[in-house]
Amino acid sequence: MTSVAHATPGAHGGSGGAQHAPMGFWQKYIFSTDHKIIGIQFLFVSLFFLLVGGLLAMQIRWQVGFPGKPMPGGGILPESMIVNGVILPEYYIQLVTMHGTFMVFFAIMPLLVGVYANFLIPLKIGTHDMAFPRINMASFWLALLAGLIMTAGFFVPEGTSRAGWTMYAPLSARPDLSGATVGQMLWCVSIVVLGLSSVMGSVNYITTIINHRAPGMTWFRMPLSVWALFITAILAVLALPVLQGAAIMLLFDQTLGTHFFDPVAGGQALLWQHLFWFFGHPEVYILILPAMGMVSDIIANGSRKPIFGYHSMVFAIVGIAFLGWLVWGHHMFMSGMNPTLGSTFMVSTLLIAVPSAIKVFNWLGTMWRGNLRFHVPMLNAIAFVSMFTIGGLSGIFMAATPVDIPIHDTYFIVAHLHYVLFGGSLFALFAAIPFWYPKMFGRMMDERLGKIHFWLTFVTYNLVFFPMHNIGMGGQMRRLYDPTIYDFLKPQQPLNEFISIAAFALFAVQFIFAFNFVWSLKKGRKAPQNPWEDNGLEWSLPNPAPHGNWERVPNVYRGPYEFSAPEAGSADFLPQHVKLPTDRDPVPAVAPGTGH
Amino acid sequence: MSWWLPPAASTFAGPIDGLFLAILIITGIALVIVEVGLVTFVVRYRARPGRKAFYTHGSTRAEVIWTAIPAVTMVALGLVSNHYWVIMKGKNSVPANAYHVGVHAKQFEWRVTYGGPDGKLRTDDDFTVRNQLHIPVGQPVAVELTSEDVIHSFFVPEFRVKQDVVPGMHITAWFQATKTGEYEIGCAELCGMGHYKMRARVFVHTPEDFNAWMAQQAAGGTE
Repeated sequence: MTSVAHATPGAHGGSGGAQHAPMGFWQKYIFSTDHKIIGIQFLFVSLFFLLVGGLLAMQIRWQVGFPGKPMPGGGILPESMIVNGVILPEYYIQLVTMHGTFMVFFAIMPLLVGVYANFLIPLKIGTHDMAFPRINMASFWLALLAGLIMTAGFFVPEGTSRAGWTMYAPLSARPDLSGATVGQMLWCVSIVVLGLSSVMGSVNYITTIINHRAPGMTWFRMPLSVWALFITAILAVLALPVLQGAAIMLLFDQTLGTHFFDPVAGGQALLWQHLFWFFGHPEVYILILPAMGMVSDIIANGSRKPIFGYHSMVFAIVGIAFLGWLVWGHHMFMSGMNPTLGSTFMVSTLLIAVPSAIKVFNWLGTMWRGNLRFHVPMLNAIAFVSMFTIGGLSGIFMAATPVDIPIHDTYFIVAHLHYVLFGGSLFALFAAIPFWYPKMFGRMMDERLGKIHFWLTFVTYNLVFFPMHNIGMGGQMRRLYDPTIYDFLKPQQPLNEFISIAAFALFAVQFIFAFNFVWSLKKGRKAPQNPWEDNGLEWSLPNPAPHGNWERVPNVYRGPYEFSAPEAGSADFLPQHVKLPTDRDPVPAVAPGTGH
Repeated sequence: MSWWLPPAASTFAGPIDGLFLAILIITGIALVIVEVGLVTFVVRYRARPGRKAFYTHGSTRAEVIWTAIPAVTMVALGLVSNHYWVIMKGKNSVPANAYHVGVHAKQFEWRVTYGGPDGKLRTDDDFTVRNQLHIPVGQPVAVELTSEDVIHSFFVPEFRVKQDVVPGMHITAWFQATKTGEYEIGCAELCGMGHYKMRARVFVHTPEDFNAWMAQQAAGGTE
């Protein structure tokens, strides 16, 4: 452990940042072991992949809204993708495959976990760095490598994977059936590397939270963001290896002539779906729990009130995570799986509504009789609650097995999952990014641009995704290159066109955010030490926080949500590290690896 | 365009559409409660000088209420749903008097095999038609689904029937058409480049017309 202990600034008797020798640019920003820099690296890389995913979505929307019409700017793409400006069917299915893949694995997941687990956990629990800083660095570089491997798929002959982000076998296993050879393999290799990155990160988060909390930071004084990231890390460390195993089996089917998933030679097609969704449903909660945690922190801050029902909120996170392992079969109601299993998966799926409802009502309870400040993070957090509610409730339709029959694999599902992942996760990120931006860069993002971005996004987002419910009720299947082929879908085409135009507007509006983000790096207002008047330990540090965080880790005297507490006097917040005359010092805990 | 589910043309449409409406009402009530609550709080409790938030950590009674109500609702919904699920998709749900047809899916077409004049599949008078499913109205129809290559999904929106077609498996789905006319079969599972054009037609005939069509096909229309 000596090498790790050496790299942990806290190893030397509680001394911190000031002791570090100045480092060169490469060491400080590129090959950094500082959890904050790694978080920021993840932020830049995953925002880039978010842009890539968005560009793919725009092409999908062009084709669905205006099938057969030349796409503006399509001329820059090669003839294997676009001919005379018109998207080819084989390119279209690459688009839908890679839009899902990039958004799930390289945008939303690293934005929530890679960025905020790294950045927030040590700052919020009060420690100098992660338990294993070098593993942490490796985790970032592997994630970037995985992203590059996935991107490379576009540049090989035949293009990238064509089997949908869910990679259903045997289409994904047999190049003769999908038409893509190298692209399919690259998907598998990339996912194996990404899984390694994710497991390394998760082991780090779990260890750090268990062993490196500041004195007085008991489990039930942890912010809900940390709770959510902790449970998420446990989900990731258990779920990703399942996907990796499945991806390796798929790779063997493609390259070594095994037939795990190909029934022609005795394989079982449904095996892939069981493995994929056994990973895939916990993955859904990996993509939403951190968002819920950060939104909880921000809503308490914006409401100037303690979180309503803190313990229920913690148990709801644990409950959602636990149930998340028992519901994968609801993706397979129509798959030909034994229908009796459909009944049991329906019940477990419907039960997830219970902890989800607890969370929504507790956010409402937190705002009730608060003193609401509508800063940009709060606006986006409120939008999160509102949109997640729609996404959660629409899930009940497909959880009820008979109703799932007509809407399964239609745009109703597309609407549902975007209400959770865009309306939920992405709005949470639009809340989290400006909230912790000053802690990252020492400057504030522009409040007025933030509000303009929020309102335009909120409106255009709903114009894009709400009508998709109706498109799906009308029966439009997912991943259709040209819906007008079907007579029963033709009448819906004007609505598809409308959605596409709204989607272009939604995409354009995001440049306000991008501009604000980049402009504020240099020109933003200098951040005061505690700009949001928050209670978290991270705000006891200067902005940006130095390498190693604290000289001496602070003592923690209370939970993170003591807003408007009577003992705070005239202030309406009471930071976790502030000692009142009535507070007793906690017994210092000796963290493993630091005692000598 | 219609803003509701497609026109109903099978016996499943009644319960499924009814259940859809019931869930829409339940979730609609929940949605209104949450969204009205949010908007009300946003307006009423916005920050003003001199105001201070009400300091509370929660209420056990409130937690019990908003845990119990969703739990009871969801269990009830699950029981009702399961009743219909077993009728539509249960292992022994295919009625004994069902008319059986074989539907073999391959990239990117549907091959429909009919039992011929004797009405039985896997006998000598069977014949196969591409991309046309002819069935009688008012009688249960069982489609025996097989796949040549990858996973497809048999979907007729007006019948509220959908069933994945999986290579290596023999899956039977059933439904009973209630209206004569012409409908479309779509593929609902991404099955490759031509997924979007994997389309077939369904013709629902009166029993007399169906018998006439069958006789005509048996006389000369076989492949």
